Amino acid sequence: MSTTRSPAGVSAHELRDMTPEQAMLAGTEADGVHIVHRRDRFPVRGTKAEKRAERGVALAFLVSALAGVGFVVAFVALPFHWHLPGTPQTFRFYTPALGGLLAVMLLFMGVGLVLWAKWLMPEEEVVQDRHDEPSSEEDRLMTQATLAVGLEDTGLPRRSLILRTLGLAGGAIATVPLVAMVGAMIKKPGKQLEHTLFAPNTKLFPPSGRIPLVYSDWRRVSPDDLLPGSIATVFPGVHEEGPDGKNGITSAASPTLVIRLRPGQQIEARKGQAGFGWPPDAPEYLAFSKICTHAGCPASLYEQQTTRLLCPCHQSQFEVLKDAKPVFGPATRSLPKLPIDVEIGSDGRQYFVARADFNEPIGPAFWERS
Amino acid sequence: MSTTTRRSNGPRTPQGKAAKFFDDRLNLAGPMRKQLNKVFPDHWTFMMGEIALYSFIVLLLTGTYLTFFFDPSSAETVYHGRYLPMQGIPMSRAYASTLNISFDVRGGLIIRQIHHWAALMFVGAMLIHMFRVFFTGAFRKPRELNWLIGLTLIVLGIIEGFAGYTLPDDLLSGTGLRIADAIMLSIPVIGTWVSFLVFGGTFPGDVIIERFYIAHVLLIPAILAALIGAHLALIVRQKHTEFPAPGRSEHTVSGERVFPTYAAKAGGFFFIVAAVLAALGGLAQINPVWLFGPYNPAQVSSGSQPDWYMMFLDGSTRLFPSWEVRLWGHTLAPLFWPTVVLPTILLTLAIGYPFLEAKMTRDTLPHNMLQRPRDVPVRTALGVMALTFYLVLFLSGGNDIIAKAFDISLNAMTWGGRILLLILPPLFYIVTYRICLGLQRHDREVLEHGVETGIVKVLPTGEFIEVHQPLGPVDAHGHGRLAYAGTQVPKRMNQLGAGTPLRHVRGFFYPVKEKPEIQAALDELEALEVDQHDVQHQLTD
Repeated sequence: MSTTRSPAGVSAHELRDMTPEQAMLAGTEADGVHIVHRRDRFPVRGTKAEKRAERGVALAFLVSALAGVGFVVAFVALPFHWHLPGTPQTFRFYTPALGGLLAVMLLFMGVGLVLWAKWLMPEEEVVQDRHDEPSSEEDRLMTQATLAVGLEDTGLPRRSLILRTLGLAGGAIATVPLVAMVGAMIKKPGKQLEHTLFAPNTKLFPPSGRIPLVYSDWRRVSPDDLLPGSIATVFPGVHEEGPDGKNGITSAASPTLVIRLRPGQQIEARKGQAGFGWPPDAPEYLAFSKICTHAGCPASLYEQQTTRLLCPCHQSQFEVLKDAKPVFGPATRSLPKLPIDVEIGSDGRQYFVARADFNEPIGPAFWERS
Repeated sequence: MSTTTRRSNGPRTPQGKAAKFFDDRLNLAGPMRKQLNKVFPDHWTFMMGEIALYSFIVLLLTGTYLTFFFDPSSAETVYHGRYLPMQGIPMSRAYASTLNISFDVRGGLIIRQIHHWAALMFVGAMLIHMFRVFFTGAFRKPRELNWLIGLTLIVLGIIEGFAGYTLPDDLLSGTGLRIADAIMLSIPVIGTWVSFLVFGGTFPGDVIIERFYIAHVLLIPAILAALIGAHLALIVRQKHTEFPAPGRSEHTVSGERVFPTYAAKAGGFFFIVAAVLAALGGLAQINPVWLFGPYNPAQVSSGSQPDWYMMFLDGSTRLFPSWEVRLWGHTLAPLFWPTVVLPTILLTLAIGYPFLEAKMTRDTLPHNMLQRPRDVPVRTALGVMALTFYLVLFLSGGNDIIAKAFDISLNAMTWGGRILLLILPPLFYIVTYRICLGLQRHDREVLEHGVETGIVKVLPTGEFIEVHQPLGPVDAHGHGRLAYAGTQVPKRMNQLGAGTPLRHVRGFFYPVKEKPEIQAALDELEALEVDQHDVQHQLTD
């Protein structure tokens, strides 16, 4: 057997004769780790202090184990089904009980481990060499040469034909998956953002094609439903069957607010929107898109006193009497206004319909919007 | 040597045989011992990254559990579960299965809540860890690469979190998703195409939950896990930074070895982090989606707040004025600036900072020693400036809540935020810079004149002097000759001598007094150690 020596300069033969502590120290030296200070925390074994520390750690582990048992018991035994208020609400303790027991189990496991290390394991101050100097000049030169010769071996510097065609093939391989994946996901926007389901539809509603305004339960909206100063969220009453059928209530562009002004309130209509309200000459009912022109949240908080609509997401505020013109916050554009009219239904009551679609895209701005 | 003796030398215990089995095949003894002996420095600020790592592990465990019950589908269903207020309401299967996890799966709610809390903790710990790295200069050469990996982790962590809290398809997250759609739409030229690509048509479409799901449970976590692996591998390769102290140098790292002490402490800390998350998940309600209801584009609740890590973007969106650009029949939405441009600028500044600082200070040397923030006033002031900017945006993200709680006008909150966003950061830059210089001067003063003893003496001449305790040898004028070494300078009498790591003060609240016979044994050990050092020094000299 050859007498190979470890990096620390100790032979296997010497190591076998060492105590484990000495052999461990030889190992640290071999790894460039220097123990500058190492001391047993309890040089006198079996003192009261040592036993106390040991019992403390053991107690932590015991508490952890008990909490684990408690968790299993609670998990199985406690009631967890939800019950209506007014009935026994014991289920409300289920999650807190589980959380508390789980936390105690984990916490005391962690505390036990940390205390074990801090109280009982020897205290050590160890210094390790970083070996962070840059690669040696020799290493750099040899690696550089290896790379250079390897490149020369491939002949690429000379064979520009291969280099170029390889580049082409590589480009193809990088592009094709991208095209295949992204290409499959691309959908042409077209004019979809510029229309809503309020667009007249003679097929569904002959002969005028005017879309009825409905509530979220498909009841039609009548002027009598609203008290002065109140609002209602309405939708285009378009409902086609089938998986791809248009649904005016679930469509994200549909939500619209009908506002009934209070007596004496006059509106200042925007250009081209005069007569959009109802009655056309002295409008008392107005309909605006509910979708905020800033970021698309429903601008749904209406303050009767100030006649302002507030969007709760970013606090854009719209003055209803100025045709929902933004007066504060980050929104730039007015809420689009829906031209409405009233028809007499089969039951003889008056019901709202949309005379036409919004005259501009609803919701947040986008690049193609003029 | 004969074969018989070789056999007799072989391991006899089962663990010895197992070790031999693996070592014969993998040649592990050397590399494994190196890792067991690896030294990690200890400082409480180094635990932030650990908290992030452990939160990620908790996220993986709880997240895997949730996939067993969650149904990532936008398809409509009618709820018939245990939670009676939602009975018969149409909703997506995603939302229905989230209710199912919360009410019908035994112990499902606590896992859901631990998962959510762990996500909040994950991003929060990463952010605080980043500030620790920034203020102590740990990002400097050779660790710029890990700074970049860390930034990527934060960005991905935020995206992962957003995708995750969108999955339940409740009213709150759906509103957030609609804002995300508006942000996509605001991108010039390609915005509409991006939105249609992500949603498979107009918002909300019927694929978004499915797509976010696979991104949330596979794509992003896989990248996160790989990057966390790389982050840790670089720490192992480059070794951890440490604060300067007596006996420490740029070329060594000091602390405790992995086995057993550091492993026990780090392992214990994992359980402590997990315990805090379990306690939060069990005792503190988070994201009660059953109170929000299923997503409905016509509804919104007031006081809609996103998860905390999105709040700075919410704030910037609230504060940015309504400046829309209309050019040649095209529209550039105001939303574009605070939600796309601003985070891009912030990220670019963070990416470039290590290189910018190295260039500005002409510092090309590698650094393994951390700096005290006061010693680098410009960097510290810049960091505080960035932090202030972030905090104003963050608070503005909840300005409606603040307005309601303190009965302040909402519009005043918005204007206040706009003004403070411009005024506070430079102001805090100046204040921080001055504080740093003041602290530096005080350090120098103590090194020169000593620690204030609090004793005022009357000289025979009637002159009053304040007695200072010099920290070391003094020159003819009574001035200390110690140079500042980038370490903490004792400022009070009871801190004298506590700077050296070799003198462990035992006891937490008060120093432990050992019994005489034990103290004698300890002193003996110490004396032995000092002797050994002297012998070693003599040998090396």
